[in-house]
Amino acid sequence: MKTSQSVELPGKLIAVEGLDGSGKSTQLYLLKRWLELRGLKVFFTEWNSSVIVKKATSKGKKRQLLTPTTFSLIHCTDFADRYERQILPLLKAGYLVLCDRYFYTAFARDAVRGCPRAWLRNLYGFARHPDLILFFDTPLSTALGRILSGRPQLKYHEAGMDMGLASDPYESFRLFQERIYNEYLKMKDDCSFITIDGSATIEQQQAMVREIVSSSFDLPLYRWRTIT
Amino acid sequence: MKFYGEGLPGVDPANLGGKLIVVEGADGSGRSTQMELLKDCLEGQGHATVNVGLRRSSLVSEELNVAKQGNVLGEITRSLFYATDFADQLENRIIPALKAGFIVLADRYIYTLMARDIVRGADRDWVRSMYGIALVPDLVIYLRVSPSQLVERNFRKNATLDYWEAGMDLGLSRDIFDSFMRYQKLIQKEFSLMQQEYGFHVVNGNRSIRAASREITARVEALLGI
Repeated sequence: MKTSQSVELPGKLIAVEGLDGSGKSTQLYLLKRWLELRGLKVFFTEWNSSVIVKKATSKGKKRQLLTPTTFSLIHCTDFADRYERQILPLLKAGYLVLCDRYFYTAFARDAVRGCPRAWLRNLYGFARHPDLILFFDTPLSTALGRILSGRPQLKYHEAGMDMGLASDPYESFRLFQERIYNEYLKMKDDCSFITIDGSATIEQQQAMVREIVSSSFDLPLYRWRTIT
Repeated sequence: MKFYGEGLPGVDPANLGGKLIVVEGADGSGRSTQMELLKDCLEGQGHATVNVGLRRSSLVSEELNVAKQGNVLGEITRSLFYATDFADQLENRIIPALKAGFIVLADRYIYTLMARDIVRGADRDWVRSMYGIALVPDLVIYLRVSPSQLVERNFRKNATLDYWEAGMDLGLSRDIFDSFMRYQKLIQKEFSLMQQEYGFHVVNGNRSIRAASREITARVEALLGI
């Protein structure tokens, strides 16, 4: 299982990481559009979206059945399902696989919830490291502002209410995000994140993202081979 | 008590007063019968017991049962699903019962899960670290029954061999009988490897129910200091 990870695959794995409200999903969407319009094989997948696992996850969350450990395991199960059935086969088929969040999200969130870091890293040890990780470093106040400006209904786990940081969901969310942000900063260098300044305009950020992607990969290699 | 590895965040194993007794063995090893006899014996002596087993969590058991019907889960996904099921029961049933001073009788534990995963190609260290969340039981009884005996008992009970207990998903053989024999041998080999490391008390399950029960009872009474 572990030996297979160092083997070069025809496809490439690109992940974005950052806080909720950091703008990473917008940027990844624009990157996807650009790659698609150039006629490249692109696949997009996002955190917490496996169909088989989703029911259990939402049930657990709704009934507040989850502890830090089961929260972590069920998200890892979700990731594994997408990894085994989509990410890995598509990499073998020569796709550019774009992941909106990757295991770093779990490393950050679950560590904040108290799961041992070494245990978490082992848990996700079956998965390949991305070929490129873009970290959207948006000031905490900006990210919080984007999420909280509409005074949305924050979900229990989303707000980190399970940790008992604060009884007010908005305050809890702030404290939770701050801790996650600090975890990201701790990982930034070891995990070779490429930092994108999230305070720049959408266009500036996207120009930078496209520049990084085109200089990291030989993009024409990922064109459709099918003759139409 | 203590954990095998890093354990569970927020749980201090020193506060757990009860006892955790595990019975391991294949389907047809007499596991369920022995669990019932042990429960009767303990309750007869005034001990409160709680039964736990695999695939019984409120969180994911439903999904696991569905997934079992069709071969839709990848190897790693299935391993993790079972680990989630285990963790849910550990935190919501086993630990609260131990805190309250119950004797928890576990009908299989992480060893079956680990053996199944490893036989299917999972990385040993990966599996072991994942189950570092588990509590070290006070006693693990392993009912060892030869594959030929298992076949006989399974046929007597159901007149059919279970797809998963025969390891048909491994593609060892297209013949279910042949696959069952080979798969059970592989599992037993894994158990033999774990036996030393985890300190199983091996009970020869080829003998009569009563003989095996006598040995198990004696071992449990010694543990409880009766």
